[in-house]
Amino acid sequence: MGTSFKLGLIMRLDHKTARWVYAWLLLLPASILMVTFTHYPIVGGIFASFFSTPRQGRPSRFVGLDNYTAMVNDPVFWQVLTNNFLYSLGAIPVSVCLALLMAVWVNGKLPGRGIVRTAYFTPTILPMVAVANIWLFFYTPQIGILDRICGLFGIASHNWLGDPHTALGCLVVLAIWKDAGFFMIFFLAALQGISPELEEAALIEGAGRWYFFRRVTLPLLMPTTLFVLVNATINSFKLVDHIFILTKGGPDNASSLLLYYIYEVAFGFWDTAYASTLTVVLLLILSVLAVTQFKYIEKRVHYQ
Amino acid sequence: MMIRESDWGHYLEIAAAWLLAFLWAAPLLYATWAAFHPMDFVSRFDVLSPLTLDNFRSAWKVAPFARYFLNTFMLVSMTLTGQLILCTLAAYAFARFEFPGKETAFILVLVQIMIMPDVLIVQNYLTTSKLGLVDTILGIGLPYMGSAFGIFLLRQAFKQVPRELEEAARVEGAGWFSILLKVYVPLARPTYLAYGLVSVSYHWNNFLWPVVITNSTNTRPLTVGLSIFGAPESGVNFSVISAGTLLAVSPLLIAFLLFQRQFVQSFMRSGIK
Repeated sequence: MGTSFKLGLIMRLDHKTARWVYAWLLLLPASILMVTFTHYPIVGGIFASFFSTPRQGRPSRFVGLDNYTAMVNDPVFWQVLTNNFLYSLGAIPVSVCLALLMAVWVNGKLPGRGIVRTAYFTPTILPMVAVANIWLFFYTPQIGILDRICGLFGIASHNWLGDPHTALGCLVVLAIWKDAGFFMIFFLAALQGISPELEEAALIEGAGRWYFFRRVTLPLLMPTTLFVLVNATINSFKLVDHIFILTKGGPDNASSLLLYYIYEVAFGFWDTAYASTLTVVLLLILSVLAVTQFKYIEKRVHYQ
Repeated sequence: MMIRESDWGHYLEIAAAWLLAFLWAAPLLYATWAAFHPMDFVSRFDVLSPLTLDNFRSAWKVAPFARYFLNTFMLVSMTLTGQLILCTLAAYAFARFEFPGKETAFILVLVQIMIMPDVLIVQNYLTTSKLGLVDTILGIGLPYMGSAFGIFLLRQAFKQVPRELEEAARVEGAGWFSILLKVYVPLARPTYLAYGLVSVSYHWNNFLWPVVITNSTNTRPLTVGLSIFGAPESGVNFSVISAGTLLAVSPLLIAFLLFQRQFVQSFMRSGIK
């Protein structure tokens, strides 16, 4: 083998190694932060769920599945989990249907379309805490708007946020109002991708607008709908800001959601081990949703 | 007959669309009404009710809004700067380099798109406290700076840049880093804008992590300040709360109303990863 060939190989390898090192250096700063604040806490949280919370004079020790046993026997855990499912079940179908309706309207020939679209979308960019402050007043007994409207129909004053039967519902209504406009834009993007000639042709052929919507538009919107549904579900487990303002999870945990309960356990009772155990459940739920979404993204790539 | 029936349907649809728009705008309009009128007029819709700016004055006096604004401004700009720099570098590596461990690294990035630091408050609090960053603005922003979403968006943008442009720059003697700065970054401008708008709105509005990690006026962003200010214990009436709320949301709201198109498109992009 000629020396020049060997030399060339070494130089090429060196060049390649230099590129590797360079790429990893580019990646390094972001990786450090991601590992520190995403991957390490995921693994660390699972780890911590098998240990006891360190208290003064009592260091953390391995307790096996004790935290999980405690969780299964914790009625509040089951309540917040049930609440979370009810919350998702109450908010998501309505907000997604409204979003679809909004998108169809805004995409059509509606007088004042721009204003209507702005009205639908504005709640999305406002902070949840700020709008919850406003809604808190709506729900106030007697002086709040809701009670005043009810008063017009002769319905007695009601403590909407203080009643365990209505507290969670109040959060659901706020969530619908906040999110529908956000989901609308995804449907809008999808609708704009459907060529108008398709509808014209169908109408000429004698198909009704409703028939066309049901048989053509809706099936074409299915991938978007799935995407929005998964995102909405993830959101319903991830966003609990309004609880801080409206109910603080009360009365008697009637309106508490999983992440809010984690916050209370961790920063109210300072039981970090149990909070980590609860976080593991939340992560499991999010992972299932993530896998669903990931499969969907892969499908999209195939389409393109 | 048929035509008239469908006309009716059409008008009904318009009316429904407008009714819904009214319902959606009502809370903000109502808060605006309340903020500019004395409390006694809050639920009396009299066009002639006296206008006042007193509510804004008392809101400004009751809570340290100037400080909150400064904190939010520092938080948002610091976070965005960090994100832009770190994500640009990482996205460049993913888009234009082959290196061992690339696939694994990318899967690890995807993990963060699915599970964001927002839900990892317990462990992240412990980490931040070990780093001595509790109750600092850097502590609020740091977990978000290595943003998987930013890396993902920029990687896609960089991948669309034609290789020929890179080759041409290389022939002229440009190194890897100056190719990044002179070829890739300028061509990805729309992506930077979209990402920037989404990031700014996200961190302007973010609440849970800031409330966990801050405990003093000098670090609390607007959202956390609003939650204290709006609490019934603070004893402020609804007019003043509305005024404070409007103050806090106005910069973002005005920006949104002015650049609506860009906002909507950015949010669309951010969803369709």
